[in-house]
Amino acid sequence: MGRVGNTLPVVEVRGVTLQYKTSDRLITATYRVDFNVLRSDRFVLLGPSGCGKSTLLKAIGGYMRPTEGSIHVNGRDVTRPGPDRMMVFQEFDQLLPWKTVLQNVMFPLVTSGKFEWAAAREKALGLIAKVNLAKFADSYPHTLSGGMKQRVAIARGMAMEPDVLLMDEPFAALDALTRGRMQDELLALWDEIKFTVIFVTHSIPEAVKIGNRILLLTPHPGQVKAEINSVPRGKSETTASVELGQKIHAMLFADAIEDTRHD
Amino acid sequence: MTDVTLRPEIYREPMSQEKFGIVEKPLTLFERLYNQNWLRKLFMLIVIAVCWETYARWLDNELLVPTFSATVRALVHGIASGVILTRAALSIKVLLMGFSAGVFIAAVLTFLAINTRLGNDFLETMTAMFNPLPAIALLPLALIWFGLGTGSLVFVLIHSVLWAVALNTHAGFRSVSTTHRMVGQNYGLRGIHFVMKILIPAAFPSILAGLKIGWAFAWRTLIAAELVFGTTSGQGGLGWYIFEAKNLLDIPEVFAGLLSIILIGLFIENVVFRLIEARTIGRWGMQN
Repeated sequence: MGRVGNTLPVVEVRGVTLQYKTSDRLITATYRVDFNVLRSDRFVLLGPSGCGKSTLLKAIGGYMRPTEGSIHVNGRDVTRPGPDRMMVFQEFDQLLPWKTVLQNVMFPLVTSGKFEWAAAREKALGLIAKVNLAKFADSYPHTLSGGMKQRVAIARGMAMEPDVLLMDEPFAALDALTRGRMQDELLALWDEIKFTVIFVTHSIPEAVKIGNRILLLTPHPGQVKAEINSVPRGKSETTASVELGQKIHAMLFADAIEDTRHD
Repeated sequence: MTDVTLRPEIYREPMSQEKFGIVEKPLTLFERLYNQNWLRKLFMLIVIAVCWETYARWLDNELLVPTFSATVRALVHGIASGVILTRAALSIKVLLMGFSAGVFIAAVLTFLAINTRLGNDFLETMTAMFNPLPAIALLPLALIWFGLGTGSLVFVLIHSVLWAVALNTHAGFRSVSTTHRMVGQNYGLRGIHFVMKILIPAAFPSILAGLKIGWAFAWRTLIAAELVFGTTSGQGGLGWYIFEAKNLLDIPEVFAGLLSIILIGLFIENVVFRLIEARTIGRWGMQN
């Protein structure tokens, strides 16, 4: 995979409209969304439930095609899921229960043909150590806590060195204390590796803390409300971040809150 | 005043451990033995054997109910002379042929069913039709088609295994979670690789349940079919052994045959499958 200069976007989303069918209706999840993700961005998709942010992430992952518009990753049109866009899901069951932690992290490395077995093992062990799970490399997922499972999923995603890491509310199902620690760990990893990540969340404080660039989406269907810069890295506990949070809150809830039903 | 009542705060010092009567104490030997599943069951079996022996002695009619000891003697003699072992080996050989053929056909049908809508309809219709049909009911037809011999037995065995395994495997594949599917697709797995590396292990609890049911059906069907005829001229499995012994009015041998059928069944169901379970879904935390 050729290196792309800093000026070219890693992910380019152009006028993307996404629609999906439930059993009795056709739902427009997002309408003509545009944005660019640059190298080493921590790009956050933020919006209330039903703004289509998860659907948008799935489209970048290649799980669905846009009805209108285009998605490019490093210049290539996204047509199907692939290991150049590793996903971290919200669900704890995203690890394969029949594989140990080490095997789970190694599996995509070997299957995709990117690494030989020995190199994959070394790479996987390195990342497992980075997420502080070295002691659990040979454990099966069902013996781990929710936070540990999510750390394995993050290690698995990063071991592949994808063009972009796609994270779909990865900390949403964790308790508040664990969530805070996981956010700190993710940022520490970013400081070290400077990976490119698209991070979906519905929590304003999480968006302000994790992101360097935040895309605000309106609900039902999701349209771009604003694309703003977050506070600089390391200033997430300051008044600037509180003010930014209030500004985002005001923007998202400027319109009367509709009680939208979604599934 | 506020609308809550003000109360003093409470602080306490937890008692030290020595002040408790018992914090941890090992159970008595009897309690620990009584907690052993196998020991309780063994005790039950001994009671049953004693009842059997007493009743048979009291009845004193070996043609109706031989004593437990006579049955054990017949069994030991049968094993020592090698008759029961060769008969059992014959039965198991035929069983494995039918079982593996059935599993293979089930695998092909299920693969088609998850990949094409037509294959799905075919499998659903066929399992709905044939699953309720006892395999042994097909034996007369099998005898006309394949004649007396292994062919007929394998045919009814395939029938008894195929639908149970296909039904369970298919249901298992369909219940694989969306997340696991998405993870597999994320790795770029497609077609047969996706089936082998994601669907089969993810659906393994259902598949194993199907194999167990298939095995149980097949074992019962085989013995029943063997009661009708031997596998090849003069040579037959355990079912045939029982039939022959009954014709010779050697009832302890009939009982010995029944006992060996039970023992083999228990061994496969409680040792072989239990071991596979422990090594796979037990270790993976997928056992429900």
